[in-house]
Amino acid sequence: MNVEQQVPEAVREALAPRFSVVPARRTRTQRRTWLDTFDWRLHRAGLTLECVTGRGPAELVLSGMAGERITAAANGTRWPALAGALPSGPLRDRLKGLTEVRALLPAAKAASTVSEFRLCNDDGKTVAWLTVEHLHAATPAAADLPPRLSVTAVRGYQGQAERIARCLTAQPGVLPDGLPALDAVLATGGVAPGAYTNKINVALSATMPARAALTAVLLRLLDTLEANVPGTVRDIDTEFLHDLRVAVRRTRTALKLGAGLLPAGLASQYRPAFKWLGDLTTPTRDLDVHLLTFAAGAAELTSASPDDLAPFHDYLARRRAAEQARLARALRSARFTELTTAWRGALEGRTAPRHGPDAAQAAAKIIGRAHRRVLGRGSAITAKSPPEDLHDLRKRCKELRYALEFFASLYDPPTHRRAVRELKGLQDCLGTYQDCQVQQEEIRVSATEMLAAGDVPATALLAMGDLAAHVGQRERQARGEFASRFAAFASEPAQARFRALVAGAGS
Amino acid sequence: MRILATYNIKGGVGKTAAAVNLSHLAAADGLRVLIADLDPQAAASYLFRVRPRVKGGGAGLIRGSRELDKAIKGTDFEGLDLLPADFTFRNLDLVLDDTKKPTRRLARLLRPLAASYDMVFLDCPPGISLLSEAVLQAADLVLAPIIPTTLSVRTLDQLTEFIDGLDGHRPAILAFCSMIDRRKRLHRQIAEQLPAERKDIAATAIPALSLIEQMSVRRAPVTAFAPRSEAARSYARLWAEVRARAG
Repeated sequence: MNVEQQVPEAVREALAPRFSVVPARRTRTQRRTWLDTFDWRLHRAGLTLECVTGRGPAELVLSGMAGERITAAANGTRWPALAGALPSGPLRDRLKGLTEVRALLPAAKAASTVSEFRLCNDDGKTVAWLTVEHLHAATPAAADLPPRLSVTAVRGYQGQAERIARCLTAQPGVLPDGLPALDAVLATGGVAPGAYTNKINVALSATMPARAALTAVLLRLLDTLEANVPGTVRDIDTEFLHDLRVAVRRTRTALKLGAGLLPAGLASQYRPAFKWLGDLTTPTRDLDVHLLTFAAGAAELTSASPDDLAPFHDYLARRRAAEQARLARALRSARFTELTTAWRGALEGRTAPRHGPDAAQAAAKIIGRAHRRVLGRGSAITAKSPPEDLHDLRKRCKELRYALEFFASLYDPPTHRRAVRELKGLQDCLGTYQDCQVQQEEIRVSATEMLAAGDVPATALLAMGDLAAHVGQRERQARGEFASRFAAFASEPAQARFRALVAGAGS
Repeated sequence: MRILATYNIKGGVGKTAAAVNLSHLAAADGLRVLIADLDPQAAASYLFRVRPRVKGGGAGLIRGSRELDKAIKGTDFEGLDLLPADFTFRNLDLVLDDTKKPTRRLARLLRPLAASYDMVFLDCPPGISLLSEAVLQAADLVLAPIIPTTLSVRTLDQLTEFIDGLDGHRPAILAFCSMIDRRKRLHRQIAEQLPAERKDIAATAIPALSLIEQMSVRRAPVTAFAPRSEAARSYARLWAEVRARAG
């Protein structure tokens, strides 16, 4: 049945005799595509972005809860797309800062039929507009949604519009302030906006068996890993691989630090498989990091122009494309599918033993051990220590960070956040040092290979030298900062806070 | 924001019909338009189906105790709002007389609306009064409908003299022949001669048509309910001249 015939009849009866309902404009149909990053950055910022296609050119509409509304022509943008690829203007500027490296991709799609009606008083004066929208969801699932009614007051007639709204919501089957259209369309597929996060948001209790706690964490990590596979294979943006890689590293850490809590032999069985997976992701990620920081590095050149680096950029991009293709093949392979299937089966098929440590005890032991390792390795580092020692310390820091994240739900949030922040200060320093080393090596290897291929101009090689020098400078700076960063982390007050945190699990 | 006033010393010459149709055409052109019904007879309010009532009355608005912005109503047409009349507007002269610098009061009250509107039409009551002076001080352009008779032309000259005699701000004036009865030779002659002889008279003349009278039955601008009629086309031509003159 046509919307114009169906909905207003009920509305007409509800509003009579005080107000009359008059069809106003022709019913219009639109295609609505809601866009967000995979990790819902716009939703988290209280924003909704949609691409509306009707009779005219497609339009992008960004709206916020505080009434913010920015529109722009979509200009044939194909999704997924980075915000930087959108037509220049206020909408792109607003989105770029929020989405950063994440691509915008369709979160939901629906066909919309909108009819508008004038709601008139007994003078025949329009006092409000009634909009009736029928949504037929297409993504995440096909479904017809109940009609959505909205009443907009004409200026100066707010009181009458409110009376109309009250009158309509008193009708059976009409719900006031229903779900926003996006949420309603997502609900057809059982999806809640903001559902994805790369955080380990598992609610553990201090007294639950430690094996059950660790299994819950590992299953959550497997969910995250699998959620990021399609985006990594399609190469939608670099964060899919990043999140997938972090899930693998966290899994490896859990298998290493929590091996004793799992059934005998399980950790040793799967550790090589996850090492294979981790190693598989390294070349593409290293090249991603290099390319993501390329523009900033090029801007620092002193004796060369950023344009001189174009051949190097092209070379890195080609290498990345080759590595990405290799990674995508591996993620589509039977070996990978068998690994994740078997791993899920192994985790889901086990019941927790009746005896053994509880989650709080296990967390204290694992975090305490990881913390001691960081303190031990870090204290042994001197100005003369080789880079490998710092690299090793970085790995231990990551293990500690992950252990803190696994059991985060057991601790007082502010105390936990402070411990993570203090560790992060040290990690950032070690991360910069390590990234600089990888990049310098990348520049050296690339220069050699580009030279051997015989198609590199001398200006590019000189610029690469300049770039390597700047990276080296950053590396030395990070190395110089290490002692003070570690001293802050290892200070007696920080250690006391750490001990108090671990001891306070579940309290 | 440009302020246009439909004004004449004489009544019943088509001021309100011009204000209503021109403001509708201006909004249809994409301008943000306000029509202020300053006439206590409230004909413009009636034509837009808005009840002629303003909280606090004319005194509240003129003295500033009631915000002008809050008295404004949306019409049924996109981009066109209306400040309704109120029966107390019959005393606006007395209220103005009670304020400091009464002739500049209206201009001061309208100034804050510049952020919301591109054009304001003031639909004025007939006569020469303190309110008329305040309107002329506020307006950029006065639209004066005249019935093509010798007496009407004399009235236009009186108005022009009156404006020339004002201190400070003096609005431009654009008169136009209104309510032309095509059966009357004198009407036709004057309507043709005047624009050729005087630059302050628009080339477009508005004929006396029953469709224009029907506005009070349909309660809408003729440009809205009969956009292809001769009446609507005449107002459209006049709007083109007004828009060019208003800048």
